Amino acid sequence: MDEAVKARIQGIIDEHPIVLFMKGTRNFPQCGFSATVVEVMKRLDADFHGVNVLEDPEIREGIKEFANWPTIPQLYVKGEFVGGCDIVRDMFTAGELTPIVNGALDGTVDK
Amino acid sequence: MIEPNVIEERIRENVPGVSHLALEDLTGGKDHYKAVVVSAAFDGKSRVQQHQMVYRALGELMAGPVHALALQTYTPEAWGQRGKSLL
Repeated sequence: MDEAVKARIQGIIDEHPIVLFMKGTRNFPQCGFSATVVEVMKRLDADFHGVNVLEDPEIREGIKEFANWPTIPQLYVKGEFVGGCDIVRDMFTAGELTPIVNGALDGTVDK
Repeated sequence: MIEPNVIEERIRENVPGVSHLALEDLTGGKDHYKAVVVSAAFDGKSRVQQHQMVYRALGELMAGPVHALALQTYTPEAWGQRGKSLL
């Protein structure tokens, strides 16, 4: 992955407290796994910055190398990779996601 | 598309100390799988790190042949606990 793509990705996750690299958009997710994470975010009432990788092939491939994670969706909170669909859903079910997300949105969670 | 035994072999060969491995073809199309992996090597690792170990074991298989892999990873101790909570 060239440095420009890496810098673009880093810029996006630094700029927004919560970022979801997904297939499609929050209103029109194009993949069940992405739709599941969008649903979790809705239930947490957590706003997020969505990146539609279907419209950005460079990011679509670069993000997999960036996180050493081969699939989409990928959720980032405060610049940190949290997980894909399974982990986000499991963390939500276990109540582990709420403090992380709330902390990011009101800026109390340190990086 | 990839045969399940290829995935199982790759995980067993590249994730040390696998004590339990269950693989399920979710659609019958041999490209959407679910895997439950139990290994002592997961000890002290976050869930993301555990899953990354499995993904690293599968390597290029995840870049096409396997479209989706639902992963559940456990240490032997967590796996033992899980059994109890289901009873």
